[in-house]
Amino acid sequence: MSFLSYFISGVSLGAVYAIIALGYTMVYGIARMLNFAHGDVIMVGSFVIFTVVSTFGMNPFIGIAAGVLACTLLGVTVERIAYRPLREATSLAVLITAIGVSYFLQNVALLIFGSNAHQFTSVVSLPNLVLAGGNLTVSSTAIVTIISCIIIMIALTAFINKTKMGQAMLAVSEDRGAASLMGIDVNKTIAVTFAIGSALAAIAGALLCSAYPSLTPYTGSMPGIKAFTAAVFGGIGSIPGALIGGIVLGVIENLSKAYISSQLSDAIVFAVLIIVLLVRPTGILGRKINEKV
Amino acid sequence: MAADSKSVKMTDNPVKSGEAAGQTAGAGKAGAVPTLEVKNLSISFGGLKAVDGFNVVIEKGQLYGLIGPNGAGKTTVFNLLTGVYKPDTGMILLDGKNITGKKTIEINQEGIARTFQNIRLFKELSVLDNVKVGLHNHHKYSTLEGILRLPSFYKVEKEMNERAMELLSVFDLDKECDYKASNLPYGKQRKLEIARALATDPKLLLLDEPAAGMNPNETAELMETIRFVREKFSMTILLIEHDMKLVAGICEKLTVLNFGQVLTQGVTSEVLNDRRVITAYLGE
Amino acid sequence: MTKNKVRIQNAVTYGMVILFWVVIQVMDKTGHLTSLFKGLLVPLCMYAILAVSLNLTVGILGELSLGHAGFMCLGAFSGAFLTNCLETAVPSVGVRFFMALILGALVAGVFGLLIGIPVLRLKGDYLAIVTLAFGEIIKNLINVLYVGRDANGFHFSMKDTTSLGLDEETGVVLIKGAQGITGTPRAATFTIGILLLLLTLFIVLNLIHSRTGRAIMSIRDNRIAAESIGINITKYKLMAFSISAALAGMAGVLYAHSLSTLKASSDNFGYNKSILILVFVVLGGLGNMRGSIIAAMLLTALPELLRGLNDYRMLIYAIVLIVMTIFNSSPKAIELRSVVMSKLRGGAKKEVA
Repeated sequence: MSFLSYFISGVSLGAVYAIIALGYTMVYGIARMLNFAHGDVIMVGSFVIFTVVSTFGMNPFIGIAAGVLACTLLGVTVERIAYRPLREATSLAVLITAIGVSYFLQNVALLIFGSNAHQFTSVVSLPNLVLAGGNLTVSSTAIVTIISCIIIMIALTAFINKTKMGQAMLAVSEDRGAASLMGIDVNKTIAVTFAIGSALAAIAGALLCSAYPSLTPYTGSMPGIKAFTAAVFGGIGSIPGALIGGIVLGVIENLSKAYISSQLSDAIVFAVLIIVLLVRPTGILGRKINEKV
Repeated sequence: MAADSKSVKMTDNPVKSGEAAGQTAGAGKAGAVPTLEVKNLSISFGGLKAVDGFNVVIEKGQLYGLIGPNGAGKTTVFNLLTGVYKPDTGMILLDGKNITGKKTIEINQEGIARTFQNIRLFKELSVLDNVKVGLHNHHKYSTLEGILRLPSFYKVEKEMNERAMELLSVFDLDKECDYKASNLPYGKQRKLEIARALATDPKLLLLDEPAAGMNPNETAELMETIRFVREKFSMTILLIEHDMKLVAGICEKLTVLNFGQVLTQGVTSEVLNDRRVITAYLGE
Repeated sequence: MTKNKVRIQNAVTYGMVILFWVVIQVMDKTGHLTSLFKGLLVPLCMYAILAVSLNLTVGILGELSLGHAGFMCLGAFSGAFLTNCLETAVPSVGVRFFMALILGALVAGVFGLLIGIPVLRLKGDYLAIVTLAFGEIIKNLINVLYVGRDANGFHFSMKDTTSLGLDEETGVVLIKGAQGITGTPRAATFTIGILLLLLTLFIVLNLIHSRTGRAIMSIRDNRIAAESIGINITKYKLMAFSISAALAGMAGVLYAHSLSTLKASSDNFGYNKSILILVFVVLGGLGNMRGSIIAAMLLTALPELLRGLNDYRMLIYAIVLIVMTIFNSSPKAIELRSVVMSKLRGGAKKEVA
């Protein structure tokens, strides 16, 4: 039974990774950039929710709404100020500004909230699910996380396939130049992508901090890297890939923490990533790139 | 520059020149061993036969043309000859030696060099360095000798510079030797690519649409250069081209590809008057 | 001619480093160096070496590596390990430090080779994430590594000190997992740091301007063309990658000998450290070794120089990073700069190559 319990919390952790990975994968697919600051957007979202809920004592739903709104604005602003001027520059230059933005967000949070950990109050206040006559307890946070992840995946897939903006996103990711010739506003499409990715980051922040309540200005950093790993693992640019990558990574991480070594769990996660990429160089669902001679 | 073939052959590296001499002697004895002989070459991509039963024989010193409509599989033939793709069936003989299935770098060392349809220069390197990379396997010193700047470094670098400048002057590029390759005008970039290929001292030179994107004047000049290269380096050349004026002007023999298969081959004037060739290009 | 231009450029780079050393010496003798700045001198050299060596991978070979700190970590631990191991056998600290530098570079170089074989088959961002992964794995493994020695020889464990099973009388624990290595003599000085930086420059600059360097850059510029003219892609990629790793290992040994306690913590050797080094490389200019040194030194000194501003210093650092990158790389900023420059020069001719 303990295996099942570790497994379920692994799936739940993986679901958070998957939601974060969506932000990476969409931005990468459409703007061709690694948004290293994405993890820190999660942290900002969590702090907004923390402030609204714990400091002002408001309803968690208002907190999440405020977090989503703040992150959406943040994502769009950052894109406009720091990334858009570099649209035609090398991908390395964009990577460096993203790192700059990441440092910036961390240090602003450090100035406002200090470096001490804050205790995040879970946004999920439902009772835990007790199964198998008390042998298996599934936390309500885990259930809510997994359900949220499924809803987000379905909604996002529908958005991309059914709406005009979603189709524009596909077009821009396929060929930015051609899309722009077809009358698609590339800048607007990329801004919307950032908005969606950042809004999802706020939700991921709420779920992450509900499960792991210690909140510091560096909270988003490692989950960000893990989620990025998950996105690459599943095949960067692919939405189902982000889901698969996130879940697989979360489960491996939790099981190795439980059965092998908590200090080595990160190493194991990364080792699995390396093995997968050596077998499938563009991730599980990534498209194969053939260079034409 | 002296036009004798001695200055052209690489004699700096004892091992390599010994090898080359041995092979030339062998070829001389047999007399009629063609420089390139391709038998029944085929490859398919996901069920589509891109090249199907391709045959060709190119004698030493010949200027041979490979023509055909777009998508006929011409560049694929080049990619097969240079080991970019591995053929499903068939055999490639260079100077009588079987080189089928070898890797790209091995094939270059055996003696096939090429240019590309979409120019592929080392953009950030200087014009001179582009050619010097081509000389890489003929003028050697170890990495350690290079880092420590031992006498061998200075000696070999000097040889390389001289040789590279010689090649550049053939193509009238010597004055631009310090330019970044990407700063050259288009026509000169195509020439630099040929110079770089020649630097590897090939037996067979493959030119993929050398006149693409050139105006009639540049094309005429290019024709002269190709002819000159053939004479000066006693080079065997296979070229892909769409410019029929160029093809008719310099190629002695032609092979016409259509839908991956050889439509016809033979002497240029006869092939170009073949009804099937005209139909393949213009439709019925 | 380019050849002379290259010589002059290289001489300027060496000269700059030597001048920096002289200035610091003079300032030190005349008492103008604060103790804070003195503490910064060895790290300045270390980051400059790391930036130059990473520039070999990123700027010259053209592959994005985010695992440079991992190689530094390997060098640091193997070097410090050797220095502590030979404490009785080789009494001279200087000789041990020298041996440690060689071993550290060797170990990191060999790992660079071993990791490079699978990794360099990948491309672009995939290669970047895998190098990041390797860096993290190295750090995590060293973090749980315990090594001890007694009369029977060496003992290894991945668990704890007791499971080493050391002989009670003769046993000494050399590497203590997360607590790392303690008691390494602090033999690293600014002068040694500068000498190592000059050595790094000598290796990297001579390599670039040689047959091997041209082969490496040809792969960066056009892999397919390089292959078509007989360049062995794998060989030269691996060579650049492992030389870069070896130099990072050497920087690690320098680092290990400037601390009394060496830990494989995330602050020391995590991916953030690799990213920090990458920032130096990109801001200094890809393939521009002098730029790497200047960027590494300025950006390492900047937070310290801003210490008066206390809480705001890292914030300012972040803003400087963003503004500088946009100023350096944004097409509009480049255009604006060239317009301003050409006006200043009075319409001077454009430079070639």
